[in-house]
Amino acid sequence: MNILVFIKQVPDTNEVKIDPVTKTLIREGVPSIINPDDKNALEEAIRIKEEYGAKVIVITMGPPQAETALREALAMGADEAYLLTDRVFAGADTYATAKTLSKMAKKFDYDIIFCGRQAIDGDTAQVGPQLAEQLNIPQVTYVKEVKIEGDTLIVKRALEDGYEVIKVKMPVLLTAIKELNTPRYPSIKGIFEAYREKEVKIVTAADLGVDPQEVGLKGSPTKVISTTTPETQRAGEIFTGNVKECVQNLVQRLVEKHVI
Amino acid sequence: MVIKGDNPLSVILSVKKISKKGGVLMDFSLTKEQQMVRKILREFAEKEIAPKAKEIDLTGEFPWDNVKKMAKADMMGIPYPKEYGGAGGDYISYIIAVEEISRACAATGVILSAHTSLACFPIFQWGTKEQKEKYLIPLAKGEKLGAFALTEPNAGTDAAAQQTTAVLEGDHYILNGSKIFITNGGKADVYIVFAMTDKSKGTKGISAFIVEKDFPGFYIGKVEEKMGIRGSRAAELVFEDCVVPKENLLGKEGEGFKIAMVTLDGGRIGIGAQALGIAQAALDEVTKYVKERQQFGRPIGKFQGLQWYIAEMATKVSAARHLVYYAAWRKQNNLSYTMEAAMAKLFASETAMEVTTKAVQIFGGYGYTKDYPVERLMRDAKITEIYEGTSEVQKMVIASNLLKM
Repeated sequence: MNILVFIKQVPDTNEVKIDPVTKTLIREGVPSIINPDDKNALEEAIRIKEEYGAKVIVITMGPPQAETALREALAMGADEAYLLTDRVFAGADTYATAKTLSKMAKKFDYDIIFCGRQAIDGDTAQVGPQLAEQLNIPQVTYVKEVKIEGDTLIVKRALEDGYEVIKVKMPVLLTAIKELNTPRYPSIKGIFEAYREKEVKIVTAADLGVDPQEVGLKGSPTKVISTTTPETQRAGEIFTGNVKECVQNLVQRLVEKHVI
Repeated sequence: MVIKGDNPLSVILSVKKISKKGGVLMDFSLTKEQQMVRKILREFAEKEIAPKAKEIDLTGEFPWDNVKKMAKADMMGIPYPKEYGGAGGDYISYIIAVEEISRACAATGVILSAHTSLACFPIFQWGTKEQKEKYLIPLAKGEKLGAFALTEPNAGTDAAAQQTTAVLEGDHYILNGSKIFITNGGKADVYIVFAMTDKSKGTKGISAFIVEKDFPGFYIGKVEEKMGIRGSRAAELVFEDCVVPKENLLGKEGEGFKIAMVTLDGGRIGIGAQALGIAQAALDEVTKYVKERQQFGRPIGKFQGLQWYIAEMATKVSAARHLVYYAAWRKQNNLSYTMEAAMAKLFASETAMEVTTKAVQIFGGYGYTKDYPVERLMRDAKITEIYEGTSEVQKMVIASNLLKM
């Protein structure tokens, strides 16, 4: 069984500050981490490998420094790592990203593709589902439990007020949420092995055989005009006290606001 | 990467770049794998070790849970080859581990340091193939815990004045005597024990033995109530006609004192790293606190008087780090490191004491309470100036290496 895990290296948002003038992220000096949901996806893939036997192949698209995220994934227990890095990939929106990743996925005979639900820097939750569409395979999002029965997965999919159980045949794409598991720490031995015995393979646009017009900024239908922080226009107000006081205050406030 | 000789501690990672003028370039940067070790261990220590440090200090309970977690993360034998159960890593990575664990919990830091530097190392360096297979593998894997027993009631700084004796009777040595202040004592499974096999030869009459906790005639005596590193154990070991198989002699008869001294050279880098971790923890607490604490209508970090304290603390911590890493780097590269290890331990431990004391001062009344961790850091720091050779011993080592007289 082959499991592909697509991860993203993101700035650690616990450490991120916003430039007060430009309103954009100050990325300088901010440590980079494996996107948290992606780590759950990776952990589950490694867990499946340990329980059922599988090869875990971890893939990311990003700048050369994203290699660190792949090394960490190797240290956790992934078997192979691929870094899709090329200037023409830069500026990709979710559509172009999913398209590029799908070209990479097609190079493998895969059974499960794991993605995180969403990345903490973009929060779109689109790349996983779009990748499944590009590959024309079934997808289950918000996965909180996975069991394997032969060529079928029994998957619990989290909903707001419960979960649904889905039976799905492989190949399938799953997106992981944090409830799925607790990611392990890479062992120290794993770190040394990741750097000394394992390899991060570099994949360029030419290697993938993609048209530069179809990837990166040029292949992205999304155009970012500007990024702003929405101003707070309405603030909630909570009235306390007994019911009579609350109602009186509420009515008074509504009158003041000319609502009634 | 060049691997030199048989000693896996000599892995050279970053010094082989030759400049155009033909010299070896200086390189202060950590390798990528060392950076990853630091990143992962900091995360591990902050999430898994630090939250329990206060309770461990209050109860004085031995942190088995931490030891098990470190074992699971392959941390109990970082610099030893994989064939002997280790992580196959480099010495600086191990030192970073002691630093980061000690930054979170100094008691746990010394358990790691004593185990790796004082118990595993002599077996790795002088053990026979059989001894390595029987003892080093489970130790380096973290399945067993190790300890080192040299100090006696009348043989502290004067370590050569060993009164514990070992007499060969047939295929066994019979050990009699006692050891005190033994880190991991009573908790460890395997002990490196030093004893006189021939009193007439002085230091050349001392031998080293590998003693298992269950050997007949081996008992645990008094457990010390300590000022700091309260979760770690310092215990008395008692040998009453303790039967040690002949094959558990480590090295040759009479090599014990040399084994002890060389082992302590490495141990001192570990204690330097522990002190460094404590000092860094105090500095981190202070830099956080002075931004939050308001007096006279502004954060106290705005006052130049405190800024100067903090600048001095940060400078000393940085200097201590360079000395500790430099000593580790020399050990890793098979260069002499006795004097550098002594300098690192001397400076890092005195820095830890100074920085933690200053931290308590900056925290004022709050610093003196158990509501904040700085009083614990100050108590934990003190021992680093004492064990594995007091500051005064380090100065003796440095001066004798320097003057050679």
